[in-house]
Amino acid sequence: MTAQTRQPAYVDDVVRAFMVATVFWGVVGFTMGLLIASQLAFPQLNFGLEWTSFGRLRPVHTSGVIFAFGGSGLIGSSLFIVQRTCKARLFGGWQLGWFIFWGYQLFIVLAATGYVMGITQGKEYAEPEWYVDLWLTIVWVAYLVCFVGTLMRRQEPHIYVANWFLLGFILTIAMLHLVNNAALPVSFFDWKSYGAYAGVQDAMIEWWYGHNAVGFFLTAGFLGMMYYFIPKAADRPIYSYRLSIVHFWSLIFLYIWAGPHHLHYTALPDWTQTLGMVFSVMLWMPSWGGMINGLMTLSGAWHKLATNPGLRFSVTSLAFYGMSTFEGPVMSVKPVNGLSHYTDWTIGHVHSGAMGWVGFITFGALYYIFPVLWGKTKVYSEKLVSWHFWIATLGIVFYVCAMWASGIMQGLMWRAYDANGFLQYSFIETVEAMHPFYLIRMLGGVLYLTGALIMAFNLWKTATGSQDSVLQAVPVPQPAQ
Amino acid sequence: MRFNHSVIEKNAILLLVLALVTVSIGGLVQIVPLFTIETTIERVDGVRPYTPLEQIGRNIYVREGCYLCHSQQIRPFRDEVERYGHYSLAAESMYDHPFQWGSKRNGPDLARVGGKYSNDWHKAHLIHPQDVVPTSIMPSYAFLAQRPVRTDDLTGHLKTLRAVGVPYSDDMIAHAQQDLLAQIDPDGDGSALTARYPGAVVASFTGTPSGAAPTEMDAVIAYLQMLGTLVPFQKTPLENLVQ
Repeated sequence: MTAQTRQPAYVDDVVRAFMVATVFWGVVGFTMGLLIASQLAFPQLNFGLEWTSFGRLRPVHTSGVIFAFGGSGLIGSSLFIVQRTCKARLFGGWQLGWFIFWGYQLFIVLAATGYVMGITQGKEYAEPEWYVDLWLTIVWVAYLVCFVGTLMRRQEPHIYVANWFLLGFILTIAMLHLVNNAALPVSFFDWKSYGAYAGVQDAMIEWWYGHNAVGFFLTAGFLGMMYYFIPKAADRPIYSYRLSIVHFWSLIFLYIWAGPHHLHYTALPDWTQTLGMVFSVMLWMPSWGGMINGLMTLSGAWHKLATNPGLRFSVTSLAFYGMSTFEGPVMSVKPVNGLSHYTDWTIGHVHSGAMGWVGFITFGALYYIFPVLWGKTKVYSEKLVSWHFWIATLGIVFYVCAMWASGIMQGLMWRAYDANGFLQYSFIETVEAMHPFYLIRMLGGVLYLTGALIMAFNLWKTATGSQDSVLQAVPVPQPAQ
Repeated sequence: MRFNHSVIEKNAILLLVLALVTVSIGGLVQIVPLFTIETTIERVDGVRPYTPLEQIGRNIYVREGCYLCHSQQIRPFRDEVERYGHYSLAAESMYDHPFQWGSKRNGPDLARVGGKYSNDWHKAHLIHPQDVVPTSIMPSYAFLAQRPVRTDDLTGHLKTLRAVGVPYSDDMIAHAQQDLLAQIDPDGDGSALTARYPGAVVASFTGTPSGAAPTEMDAVIAYLQMLGTLVPFQKTPLENLVQ
């Protein structure tokens, strides 16, 4: 036993910090989403100020949810997973771990404050300007070194499947970030830069980046979480090892081709659009393969859903994943896209993925990881987890249904002709028709945010509560001498 | 020899290299040819770099996130062409750093908004959109009218744009300041400006006195008023539009 306790412990302080940051940024990001959704229903909520206008706050919402909430959750849980599945202490120890944490938080704050002041590259999901991009590059390289270093000092012969996905995510995001953000600043002391690419090439590179921010940040990374937390929570091994292999390679190969479906019927040449469409449709298969692998892991353990409300989040997230990875290929088919593009249908699609898949898999992971990291046997209140689950699910249903209805309606109104062969609706008439749906969406957002606040309270009580065991440093298991 | 995946699972560097190769292929196939196939950009006349005032206006358009609600990309559909005008060409955004095609239309497409409304309409609309479109959900941009544009770093901007590929000549860079002031002075001699930038609209966009620095609203309106107006579609043979 003394030999055991002298072993270095897992670097869990950093993971704890990332988990707290995840909850914090989640609440911030959802609040910003609710605000900008409300601005579309009531433009007075722009307050007539430049800093609070929709155009400046929308990136605060998207970056807040994707990079701050999702990113903190991903990086934190990846550091948790890689140490445990490798039975190894984090490479670089607490020093590198804390650098990654504070470096990443600084990136978030630099980016968000810039948006409010109008500092942006003007490319969706790649808004941070050159100096923020450079800083993120440093942090990301540190993260890659930390992750790969930990893999290389593993005590297990095999690299666990969750880590394949996490490595794929870290690598690909590095590649996308470097290529898409190539830019030349006006001067060293000027925040403004001009991107290296223009027009059609810029569009293609941006959506190669943008779609794979979805594919690798919001999918591959979170699949890494799925491959760890679902087997853990269900106490079952992954359903199929072979399916994991096929899932991994086909997903990362196919995803990268899907970008042009964001540019259907634009000035992007047809051959590129067609390639994007074909690969997007093919992508349906690995996506569902992954979903099946996750869901089937529960075979023989379905009864745990009744007693483990955290697991309910993880499983429902796979259902949403399945739904949005079916909807995506459908929307990537050109004639469907002709109707859906530029409308709220896209917004609804993104949110069924972001709220249902990314949000729920993260909530499931948080409900698993908080008791583990704070040395408790379970969360403070499972009843509150249930409340969170149902309120958030209802919120998503309101949100997504409202966006389906408004998106399809607006798409049809734009192309409607009257009996005399004239366009039937002026643009502003189609905007007016959206109003009721924007109110329903606001309700959905209120519910989802309420659920997150309940979770924040519950996790706070879990961490600070006096309930059962005291916190102990978890020693890194060592091979038998 | 039978392939065994566990070889990859036991070697972190091999896994890293193979994953990197796997994720590189799609991007290379889709992106590189767009730089090498010459017909990617249609062969049309009229497209030129933005005037200094237009470029500043464009930067404000980017700064305010206008692209988050307004696309600049007309698709080749009957209803879009009737509503907005000729479908958009790649050539029309060939000097756009960054491109602003957008992905969502909370408001209408702006690819060919140039010349559709008067300068006074734009001014009133930007100050308080609901004054001219009562049910509009657009925020107010009244603050643009109060703020003069920065003129001291103009050449830096044009030089940077030249470095990333926009063909600004030495002449254009040397006269950036004059061109900026000339564009809002309809009583002056704008011929040097229009010689350097054919088709540039010279106007008192918001009534800023001549000689004074343009306001940010002047710049935005100058940009909006030229959008989609450069290509002479009547004189362009159809086969030149084939990509």
